[in-house]
Amino acid sequence: MKLQGKAHKFGSDVNTDYIISGRYKFKIQDPRELAKHVMEDLVPDFYKKVTKGDFIVAGNNFGCGSSREQAPLAIKYAGISAVLAKSFARIFFRNAINTGLMLLECNTDGISKYDVLEADVGKGILYNKTKKKEIKIKPLPDFMLKILNDGGLVEHFKKHGGFKFGS
Amino acid sequence: MSKTVAEKILSKHAGKDLTAGDYALCKVDFCMSQDGTSGLVIDALNKLGAKKLVAKNKFCMVIDHSAPAPNIGVSAIHDKMRKFAKKNKLKLHDIGCGVCHQVVLESGNVLPGNLVVGADSHTCTYGALGALTTGFGSTDLAIALASGKNWFKVPETVKIILDGKLPKGVYSKDIILDIIGDLGADGCTYMAVEFTGNVIKALSVDARFTISNMAIEMGAKCGIMYPDEKVLNWLKARGKRIKTTVLPDKNAKYASIKRYNVSKLLPKIAKPHTVDNVTDVTKLAGKKINQAFIGTCTNGRMEDFKITAKILKGKSISKDVRMIIAPASKDIFTKAIARGFIEIFVKAGANVVTPGCGPCVGTHNGVPADGENVISTANRNFKGRMGNPKAFIYLASPATVAASALTGKITDPRRYV
Repeated sequence: MKLQGKAHKFGSDVNTDYIISGRYKFKIQDPRELAKHVMEDLVPDFYKKVTKGDFIVAGNNFGCGSSREQAPLAIKYAGISAVLAKSFARIFFRNAINTGLMLLECNTDGISKYDVLEADVGKGILYNKTKKKEIKIKPLPDFMLKILNDGGLVEHFKKHGGFKFGS
Repeated sequence: MSKTVAEKILSKHAGKDLTAGDYALCKVDFCMSQDGTSGLVIDALNKLGAKKLVAKNKFCMVIDHSAPAPNIGVSAIHDKMRKFAKKNKLKLHDIGCGVCHQVVLESGNVLPGNLVVGADSHTCTYGALGALTTGFGSTDLAIALASGKNWFKVPETVKIILDGKLPKGVYSKDIILDIIGDLGADGCTYMAVEFTGNVIKALSVDARFTISNMAIEMGAKCGIMYPDEKVLNWLKARGKRIKTTVLPDKNAKYASIKRYNVSKLLPKIAKPHTVDNVTDVTKLAGKKINQAFIGTCTNGRMEDFKITAKILKGKSISKDVRMIIAPASKDIFTKAIARGFIEIFVKAGANVVTPGCGPCVGTHNGVPADGENVISTANRNFKGRMGNPKAFIYLASPATVAASALTGKITDPRRYV
């Protein structure tokens, strides 16, 4: 799987309240509507700056805080193809895989705002086309890749009649 | 091989021997979702087309985060939950029952050694009873509900030993704020934490919940304590007689062991906009506040109200402060009325709101204005958390919040208790 887009840079400890505020997630059920408010407390009108396929690039502990699955959903529906971070918070990590949002764990230090990136997920390589550099991506366990490839956990469950775990 | 509590509980629920780093499918003992997450749980179940829900009798939904409904969007979500519960004969705790975590705890559905998942990040609260309890997203919860199982990564464990004796006016909230300030917001990411030591033994079960509740604020998967007589009595009062508990093996392998001595601990406060931005209350003393909030799954219990009542009794809060108090459950509300606490709060000038999450998540019950400072007993102070990204949230113990409400400024509570 190859993904391409430009980098939207954030710092460390981006919490789920910043990704999608409680004042929206409690009253809006449509993920396309939620996507219009993604990251807005950090960058007003963020969703307007996203071109389909772009990446969110962050530091450590991306997605810390609440269990809201609206966080990866809002990111996905805003057109982001993957989130790149040095590390992810536990619940967000699971929620992203389950909703079919690709996460790429890698050293994001050298990536600047709007750098053009290409991720070859199969090879585990991220190409920074702007800086002409290669970054290694930490591979996901196979069963998580299966869930992602199936489009999320519900789709995976339906397709296989349960977890395809350890096979 | 010697095991930690998390390794033992997950091994038992997987039916095979597991150690840190393993992945396994495990049976769950209980599941919960609330009004912020149930909508997506229902959507996932509908998409799954599950004919029967394996964990149906081990599940409840709670309407607490935004209850009673403040707008049409929320009332539509509540309506969806009620209809789904009725159709599938599921347990639903409606508005006014309280915060999901307190409701689940009081229901006696969490026992030592259990594996419990909840579609709310503060599900780690129940770890104080010696169970592995952790937050899930909605889809994960739906899968657990439909199949009775989900996948787990066996976490490494950090052991935190608390020595010494808490000084007067310093509480379990101050302990956990101090630890989070030290270890950081990602200090225990994906780890289990075992809290132990003389200090834990001396704390009430209520006070222990405060510590386990905030384990997630340093990224932990769960915050486990070893059940003792106090826990067994707490469960007995809820109709559960427990004979066996899960303790770590003597030579269990820990990722790290940390020791804290609390004997000289000062009242702590987390400054905006991160929970690990912790300092001494004395360093911020005198800073003007506009709103004070006591409640939540962190600090809305009887012991918290007893401390608050002692400070507020016969006094009036500052005329420049709005004070909001939300009991963590209907049971607590009822007991607080019987003990005369609610009358003390109201006479002092506080607003007592429906048992539930209160203004913690920014949907209702006291959204602050631009530039305002809020002091709160909650567990999160992220920018925008209480509904306004231009407000500033400080987190502290009920004593610090109550003392600050009296003076209108951030106040060291020690001379008020």
